[in-house]
Amino acid sequence: MTVLRTSNLTKHYGKVKALNGVDIEVRKGEVFGFIGPNGAGKSTTLRILLGILKATKGDAQIFGKDVWHDAVELHKRIAYVPGDVNLWPNLTGGEVIDLFVKMRGGSRTKKREELIHKFQFDPSKKCRSYSKGNRQKVALIAAFSSDADLYILDEPTSGLDPLMERVFQECVMEVKQEGKSVLLSSHILSEVERLCDRVAIIREGKIIETGSLAEMRHLTRTTLNVETKEPMPDLTGHDGVHNVEEKEGAYVFQVDSEKLDEVIAYISSFGVVKIESAPPTLEDLFMRHYEGTGAGGVV
Amino acid sequence: MIRHLYANTGLLSRLVLRQDRVRLPIWLLALIGATLLVVNAFATLYSSQPKRQSMADTMMNPAMTAMVGPAYGIENYTIGAMLAHQMLLFTAVVVGIMNILLITRHTRAEEEDGRVELVRALPSGKLSNVTAAITVISGANVLLGLLTALGLIAMGVDSIGVEGSFLYGLSLSATGIFFAGLTAVFAQLCETARSAIGWSMAVLLIAYMTRAIGDVSSEALSWTSPFGWIVRTETFVNNIWGPVLLTFGAGVVLIGLTFYLNSIRDVEAGFLPSKPGRKKASPLLLSRIGLPFRLQRTALISWAVGMLVLGASYGSVLGDLESYFSEIEIMQEMLAQVKGVSMTEQFLTMLMAVLAMISTIFPMMAVLKLKGEENKGRTEHVLGRAISRNRLLGSYLVLAVFFSFLMVSLSAIGLGGAGISVMEDGLSFSTFYNSAVVYLPAMWVMLSVCVLIIGWAPRLSGLAWLYLIYSFIVVYLGSLFQFEEWVEKLTPFGHIPDMPVEDVSWPVLAALTAIAVVVTTIGFIGYNKRDIHG
Repeated sequence: MTVLRTSNLTKHYGKVKALNGVDIEVRKGEVFGFIGPNGAGKSTTLRILLGILKATKGDAQIFGKDVWHDAVELHKRIAYVPGDVNLWPNLTGGEVIDLFVKMRGGSRTKKREELIHKFQFDPSKKCRSYSKGNRQKVALIAAFSSDADLYILDEPTSGLDPLMERVFQECVMEVKQEGKSVLLSSHILSEVERLCDRVAIIREGKIIETGSLAEMRHLTRTTLNVETKEPMPDLTGHDGVHNVEEKEGAYVFQVDSEKLDEVIAYISSFGVVKIESAPPTLEDLFMRHYEGTGAGGVV
Repeated sequence: MIRHLYANTGLLSRLVLRQDRVRLPIWLLALIGATLLVVNAFATLYSSQPKRQSMADTMMNPAMTAMVGPAYGIENYTIGAMLAHQMLLFTAVVVGIMNILLITRHTRAEEEDGRVELVRALPSGKLSNVTAAITVISGANVLLGLLTALGLIAMGVDSIGVEGSFLYGLSLSATGIFFAGLTAVFAQLCETARSAIGWSMAVLLIAYMTRAIGDVSSEALSWTSPFGWIVRTETFVNNIWGPVLLTFGAGVVLIGLTFYLNSIRDVEAGFLPSKPGRKKASPLLLSRIGLPFRLQRTALISWAVGMLVLGASYGSVLGDLESYFSEIEIMQEMLAQVKGVSMTEQFLTMLMAVLAMISTIFPMMAVLKLKGEENKGRTEHVLGRAISRNRLLGSYLVLAVFFSFLMVSLSAIGLGGAGISVMEDGLSFSTFYNSAVVYLPAMWVMLSVCVLIIGWAPRLSGLAWLYLIYSFIVVYLGSLFQFEEWVEKLTPFGHIPDMPVEDVSWPVLAALTAIAVVVTTIGFIGYNKRDIHG
């Protein structure tokens, strides 16, 4: 079941085209990763989804309702964490959390205390004194202590330390288990890899790749670390092999996924002593799109 | 050992000077300039002894004593006596504020931002930073005193002698050094610059108040306040130096205490525990107008007190207006004679227009606050939740309308309260109040212009202020410059009937209110259509 769908979403600022026909779809119960570098249009897309910006063209619906016209109704079911969390300097963190929960139409819950404890957050300080990570905690605690059906998170962990990042990941997994949906924009690819079921990559206001990680890996390369009895003089020239590095009889190189079979057959003729394979990381995938190089590219 | 504590103080002092190379001259020039301008104004307006004596009579009441200090030399009220009596205390208060701001800026604020840590990591002493700040600011205070004295002497007014001039100037220096020391102590005690300023300002306010109460009722109480000391120098009349030395001595003691406290504490630590805030929001904050109210609470209190005091200070001069106006040609031109209406009532209409326009400033700020919130990226938090744009803008507007009512009422209460107590054949309080609240529809038009700008072109918020300034010029100086009729009609304030001289005109007020409603509605339509930036 589709929870969120945009079609041909376009946003122009004067002559600048921030978004150029974005199509994404988030299904119920999934964590959807939205990745791209700064300025690619991630935040613009999310802010249109929140009814804060008005799309120039195209259509965006959440729970079958228009994101602009039915914003207030929709927001009762959505929890949002913005990328830059700017808070009121003279209010305390605790006050802001309560305020945010109340603005969604909820009230203070036991969950709030649990999360404050989990995130090791001191709610009695004025927001003026909070670091970036602590301001993000305010937004995250407010988001996860409310009972939403869709969580829209814009780079929520950019200021968190690794321990807190782990807490955040637990929170995401928890809401996923409850059958809620999550739209997570990020450029921490390891995080997306760990959490997300499906991913969309955005570049210059356009979605250039979308699908499950498994599907996307198909289009990319596996890294092999091989030691053979005899040297492999022609490895570099072999079809589908890239970036060969040789060190004391060991070879580290990348293979296009569709050529894997042929390459393995080729290597084995030299007498394999050791072979290790690493699946393509999201980072490889991502870099490939951004460098615009590589065989079998989808660009 | 001692040297180590102060290493690099000279270099740091130059750094302080470099940071304040614009700020310090502006403060000094403003303070000295204001003093000399007042002397010039007094010398021109009160050139003869009888005029000065009539002024002296108006000073002989508890309200004036509370405001400017006990009257002295009143039997022979010279220009010098007038200056010291009416200006010394106010100037000293401003000098106190200057020192609070400057000292905090160079001590706790530097420390809070982590710059002191950087400096201390270099071969500079533990006390170098605070010493540099105190040295430079104290130097500025002494310079202020000397330049003021020289300026006064150079004015060449008979009753302003050399000794008195130096006493006047150095009174300011001593008060400045006292507050520099006081602030430096609070900068050691508090962990944040804000609370250091807060505590120092609170002491300054309390010092002013205890002196006010003391001067009216018990002199002993006045002696607990540095402002109580300074008004007892009786400058230009008896030239008593004791209080200046006392103030200066107290300042030195405070500076010594600062050094001691600084030497026994860690960098970025304080002595006052920073009070933990609320862990949970109060029901008030969670109410519909809770957030915008909370964001403007401090400003609201300051403006409310300010409007009351402003009204009261205008009101306190209403008593001797008739005799005063008859002597000043420019005022006669501004207030065209109308039969059957006293000059005071005429003046009252102009005063009301001015007070109403000043009362509009804060409500306008309250609406435009939403633009500031948007620029800082905080509107997103609200609109990203289940709050509609109408409700968001509405909450700011409702508060602003309430503020408009509050501000104009407070100025009228201040004006009426003080006016009635000093006037012999006083107007009734309702006359004052009605002629003030009649301006509300015009204020609402100004608010609606702000809503319009927020709704369609938040970048142009400067236009709202230009419109208010235009209104001020046209209404305040209109009759003097003889503008065309339509020029005055371009501002809503130009349409308001001049009560109590004119009768109230309901159709005009209704029309203005209707315009305000229409313009507001257009503003709301725009706000619902546009992108939220930030």
